[in-house]
Amino acid sequence: MKARFAIGLVLAALTALSMSAPLTRATETVDPVADAKAFRDYFVKKFPKVKLEDFVNGPYSMNEDMRKQWEEKEEFPPYEFALDAGKEMFAKPFKNGKTYADCFPNGGIGIRQNYPYFDEKEGKVVTLELALNRCREANGEAPVSYVKDDMASLTAYMAFTSRGKPMDIKIPNDRRALEAYENGKRYFYTRRGQLNFACANCHVQSPGERLRAEILAPALGILNAMPIYRSEWAGMGTISRRFVTCNSQTRAVPLEPQSDEYRDLEYYLSYVSNGLPISGPGARP
Amino acid sequence: MTLSLDRSIVTRRLILRGAAAVALIGLGDLPLPALAAANDRYPEDAFKQKSDADAIKSLYGKSAEASDKVKLDAPEIAENGAVVPIAVTTTLEGVTSISFLVSENPNALAASYVIPEGTLPSVANRLKMQKTSNVIAIVEAGGKLYSATKEVKVTVGGCGG
Amino acid sequence: MASTIRVRATSSGDNTEVQALVQHPMDSGYVKDAQGAIIPAHFIQQLTFEHAGKKVFVADWGPAVAKDPYVKFSFKGGQKGDDLKISWVDNKGASDSTIAKIG
Repeated sequence: MKARFAIGLVLAALTALSMSAPLTRATETVDPVADAKAFRDYFVKKFPKVKLEDFVNGPYSMNEDMRKQWEEKEEFPPYEFALDAGKEMFAKPFKNGKTYADCFPNGGIGIRQNYPYFDEKEGKVVTLELALNRCREANGEAPVSYVKDDMASLTAYMAFTSRGKPMDIKIPNDRRALEAYENGKRYFYTRRGQLNFACANCHVQSPGERLRAEILAPALGILNAMPIYRSEWAGMGTISRRFVTCNSQTRAVPLEPQSDEYRDLEYYLSYVSNGLPISGPGARP
Repeated sequence: MTLSLDRSIVTRRLILRGAAAVALIGLGDLPLPALAAANDRYPEDAFKQKSDADAIKSLYGKSAEASDKVKLDAPEIAENGAVVPIAVTTTLEGVTSISFLVSENPNALAASYVIPEGTLPSVANRLKMQKTSNVIAIVEAGGKLYSATKEVKVTVGGCGG
Repeated sequence: MASTIRVRATSSGDNTEVQALVQHPMDSGYVKDAQGAIIPAHFIQQLTFEHAGKKVFVADWGPAVAKDPYVKFSFKGGQKGDDLKISWVDNKGASDSTIAKIG
């Protein structure tokens, strides 16, 4: 047992070496706790006037004129209809009589902040969107599109039941979970596409600045407001939608929703935002 | 013969006009703006006008003077031209109508509100703006038109935020 | 089917503040779809608010009003528990109405 463990460690170290990841060296261990602290400290230091919990409001935490427009819209927000639809959808039984509540802990209420989680049986990251479609398929229903409509309404409702709760992503003491976390981190910091942008170029290096007409959101807490009603989309969109469109907009090849890289990316981004409140569903320009 | 016929027609017209004038004088205390407010007909023609001047003329039949008693609240830079929150409030009395125009839109008139007596002269709404443009708020009070104007910059969304 | 009209009417002191959000595409008739065809104009033309049998607010709208339109105004009077009737009609002749309670 111990021998196998030792061999496992050596293999892991060799794998780490062979992976051309500039982020991990053979002697370095993955330390998500330190990462998250460093991530948070970076943003707090860069924006001393922004309250920690306000980072989840994206560009609105960075610009006063935009914030005013957002606050006016939040009085009676544009995602109101999707939220109502989501509540109805969530309660409506499947053809076999079961409901979404049967697939989730606590009946699916107030649990959004625990997603994504690392499923040790499957050995992969499971996101909320993935869990919802799996729930549908397990109960004889066809899966829905990951990017909008029903998926957006359902996740809007589930996020709403968790509003105010701190993001609480766990990384179990499992080498595969750490790898998934590291994969997500690597994806976030890797340049790609014709514009050769990494997620970090906009959301770590340049939050609060303008990219063409948009004010860039800080990466800290960036998923806490999801799903969002975007004026640009004139409708709701999910985390999947945002990952896909961000890739397209940087002229990179977008991946399929819920592909491994996206799941790992969501895992990383959510984990480093632990402690910040869930604010979804949200509204964005 | 034609001459006398013409004269009688002209005379009849004058008499009718005079009668109308008398009728209006008879109405006396009833201010014309109240009549306008009671008219809930949808101002289809005004919405078809291109320029703000033509839209205002179609809607009210008069022109507006700028007034600092009309407070227009609009952003410096719209976060997105599809949904721009714009509000107006005024300390003017006897307000019967409030309208919003976006000069650079294909049709300048965006919205017009009937303010019956007892309703406060204050409206907030969300408008579409095609591009950077003046936003004009018109307040009809006591039969006269007052306005406030503000330029709102509109940019095209880039890579998202 | 649920109403397209969401209302929040609150009475405080002498006045009642009303906020309404209506689910409607408010298509301007200037936008093309993915295939390049114009999406025809489809927008609410008139939105009416009534209290105690009297019109307290009438909105005359064109297509430049934002999608899922919102409006806020206040009127004198109205008490908690009173009915507020809201109705709209669009350029295609469709309509919807609802009665909300002032809170």
